[in-house]
Amino acid sequence: MIWNKEYECMDRDNLRDLQLTRLKEVVRRVYERLPFYGKKFSENHLHPDALKSLEDLKKFPLTRKSELREGYPFGLFTAPLEKIVEFHISSGTTGKPVVNGYTRKDIQVWSEVMARALACAGTTSKDVVHNAYGYGLFTGGLGIHYGAQLIGAKTIPISGGQTRRQIMIMQDFKSTVLTCTPSYALHIAEVAEEIGVDPRKLSLRVGILGAEPWSENMRKEIEVQLGIDALDIYGLTEIIGPGVAQECEAKEGMHIFEDHFLPEVIDPKTGKVLEEGEEGELVLTTLTREGTSLVRYRTGDITRINYQPCDCGRTIARINKIKGRVDDMLIIRGVNIFPSQIENVLLQIEEAEPHYQLILERKRGLDELTVELEVSPNTFFDEVKRVEKIEAKIEKEIEDALGLRVGVRLVESRTIERSMGKAKRIIDKRKSK
Amino acid sequence: MEVRQISVFLENKIGRLAEITQVLGDKGINIRALAIADTTEFGILRMIVDKPEKAYEALEEKGFTVSQTEVIVIEVADKPGGLAGVMAILGKAGINVEYLYAFVAPKGSNALVVLKIEKLKDAVGLFQAQEVKILSSKDIGRL
Repeated sequence: MIWNKEYECMDRDNLRDLQLTRLKEVVRRVYERLPFYGKKFSENHLHPDALKSLEDLKKFPLTRKSELREGYPFGLFTAPLEKIVEFHISSGTTGKPVVNGYTRKDIQVWSEVMARALACAGTTSKDVVHNAYGYGLFTGGLGIHYGAQLIGAKTIPISGGQTRRQIMIMQDFKSTVLTCTPSYALHIAEVAEEIGVDPRKLSLRVGILGAEPWSENMRKEIEVQLGIDALDIYGLTEIIGPGVAQECEAKEGMHIFEDHFLPEVIDPKTGKVLEEGEEGELVLTTLTREGTSLVRYRTGDITRINYQPCDCGRTIARINKIKGRVDDMLIIRGVNIFPSQIENVLLQIEEAEPHYQLILERKRGLDELTVELEVSPNTFFDEVKRVEKIEAKIEKEIEDALGLRVGVRLVESRTIERSMGKAKRIIDKRKSK
Repeated sequence: MEVRQISVFLENKIGRLAEITQVLGDKGINIRALAIADTTEFGILRMIVDKPEKAYEALEEKGFTVSQTEVIVIEVADKPGGLAGVMAILGKAGINVEYLYAFVAPKGSNALVVLKIEKLKDAVGLFQAQEVKILSSKDIGRL
């Protein structure tokens, strides 16, 4: 199902022409309306007129999240305040929150890209979309909602939490499309089993799962447990929310809606633009946003880009599953590692449960990583040596795959917190001392 | 002749043992013997109870990770050298004991020993030949 063939299957040359026309407007808009961009451009001796081709974009400065915080609450709008019809505000756990203001046209763009995303997963007006993303300041709930409404699907705006009730409603309303975080999808399966409902017998057909990095093996786990296709969706509040990119049923990368969002991948250290296929940090420029336009925004997400047309017929670029966030990368005794890589190894091990947490500690000046994994009948025995053998086996599998020696500690089942939204995978105890 | 032992995974946290014993108490399950094997990270609680099936279900329902293991419970004279005689039987036959724990029967003058043995059947045969008393599940229930 392709929602908008004209733009999703556009010829590359035509797409580039369209992108350039839009890009020129955006660069001019931010230059004229946002003083911090005006200042940055001037410092680099740049003027919007210097942008003559898409390649010229790399001369322009990158934008960081900290710069967006400075603008709190209304300082980042590129449209007059009276045209703003909706706000979304990031949680602000690491500083002042970031505000995104949407004009009526922005909401239309959001609905359009979200309709494309849902259609990528085969959603039609016949589907019942069970939207368990949180409604509120978080963009997940409303973003999915707008797209499902545009498609004309039956939308259940259930939001997160009250898992037993979610399952009852899934049964009674025959929900077909599940939208939530991957960790919550897994929790739904677990609670269903607990109350004697076979999650595979629900009417769910596909899951559109995102808002946190998740591994290929987590996909398999969710697909088996829920009996669905689990597809990845990408987005971020600073840009628009969900609907920046979406996997199709081929599951070979997320199609990025390039007529609205212009992607680049850079080396996070040097800021240099990387070639197609090279791993680095995703940088996005909004091409059609009115309320909050951003040029070369550093997303902090690590991925690769692929311009090969997909078997599904779409010609727009694809980004790989997000490997992690630049800030989440752990450097442990010189080894760079993302939590999703550990997850991927863990879930390959037959005995391991998908409920885990990573504890980072400093012992005698050295960083140590411990994987806490919930014990299960597959890992528990009446003999200490057999339990320790399982722990050692998991430690070895991780070391073989990632070249990193970690500790594995089994913990009682149900003691790792279940997440209704984004899962907290890392507990960093190094900073508290 | 085997008796079912209930094992529970425990993190070394305050109050967990109290919870387990409460769960069993509420269900009217009587603990005949228990032992904890502990490491720095976790512990394994092993128990002989009068109603193993019921205990297993009750603990599982409360979210504990539980396993059931076949062990043998033998009677040993409660006097110096009592256990030594029994261990010698196994030692001579080259049968390894994974772990054991003992308790004194409420009635009578003999000690009861719970043994986890890999070659369980062989051990049972040897004990029977040497007239060592092996307790059945029924005997445990009646203690």
